[in-house]
Amino acid sequence: MHKFRKKGGKELPPISTASLPDIVFMLLFFFMVSTTMREVTYMVHIRLPEATELSKLEKKSLVSYIYVGEPLLQYQKTFGIAPRIQLNDQFANVGDIQDYIIAERESRDEAERPLMITSLKVDENTKMGIVTDIKQELRKSAALHINYSSRKRTPH
Amino acid sequence: MARKTPEIPSASLADIAFMLLIFFLVTTTMDVDSGLERRLPQWVDETQQQDDQQIKERNVFVVLVNRNNDLLVEGEYADIENLRERAKEFMANPYDDESLPEKEPTQVPYFGEVMVTKGVISLRNDLDTKYGTYIAVQNELVGAINELRDELSQQQFGKSYNDLDRDQQNAVREIFPSRISEAEPKKVGGN
Repeated sequence: MHKFRKKGGKELPPISTASLPDIVFMLLFFFMVSTTMREVTYMVHIRLPEATELSKLEKKSLVSYIYVGEPLLQYQKTFGIAPRIQLNDQFANVGDIQDYIIAERESRDEAERPLMITSLKVDENTKMGIVTDIKQELRKSAALHINYSSRKRTPH
Repeated sequence: MARKTPEIPSASLADIAFMLLIFFLVTTTMDVDSGLERRLPQWVDETQQQDDQQIKERNVFVVLVNRNNDLLVEGEYADIENLRERAKEFMANPYDDESLPEKEPTQVPYFGEVMVTKGVISLRNDLDTKYGTYIAVQNELVGAINELRDELSQQQFGKSYNDLDRDQQNAVREIFPSRISEAEPKKVGGN
């Protein structure tokens, strides 16, 4: 006859959680270094077009963004479904672009101003009419260096 | 002897770190912004606008995109798949074809005297053209010039264009300039 095993006699020792903070801190630092803050909350739906000849936007601090696309569902009641321009956190008209560029320029250092880039984030189904208007406004405000934001095309 | 200070409990450290981690996960994005880089021409007042310089027809590569996103290249329907090849052929003109652009002997550092093309690519789109199509066309045209530059740098320096130093890049750029002109948009076909 065998003996009954004593309860809790050979229990596994609990896993030590002393290193948990270190692991989590490591993850935290990884994310802090490799990501950037979101600039704005999108109020328009944007699906970027695809391209192959991409160049990266090196310095984020030099970039001003212009978003164009259909307003998101919750804004469609007020703003309709026609593609709209979004500057910072609000909808804007084509006429506001010059002021926006001037304001962006004012907020940079004098030395950095010639290096500024305007990034156009435009939905691929937008008509060129609105894009052309934006380009004309950018030319008027002498913001000639632009970047048509696009996704990397994956080979089929 | 002074009393020993009690140890700070570190049990909550993990929770604090988790909270920070989640905050950063939510508020940041990982995507690297990239896109097609272009330069717009200077703004010219309408009163100052002069008649366009006369450019010989053989020196212009006309690309039209209409409202139905169809492509008209040099007066005939074309597919976007062939556009890159045709733009390359136009800019390089390897056999000095009569119908392709003229060349001009120019002194270029590293290369000596070379024949530089006078070709200009003219892109015109309709106001109702889809932006996606426009970018696809731009992409092919930029790609054509990039490929020509790459081929030339491989041939001359044995390196790709991006690995050259600044002076060498300038020399290559002089031979294959990025001359893509965008005319003021007009209605192009298909009322």
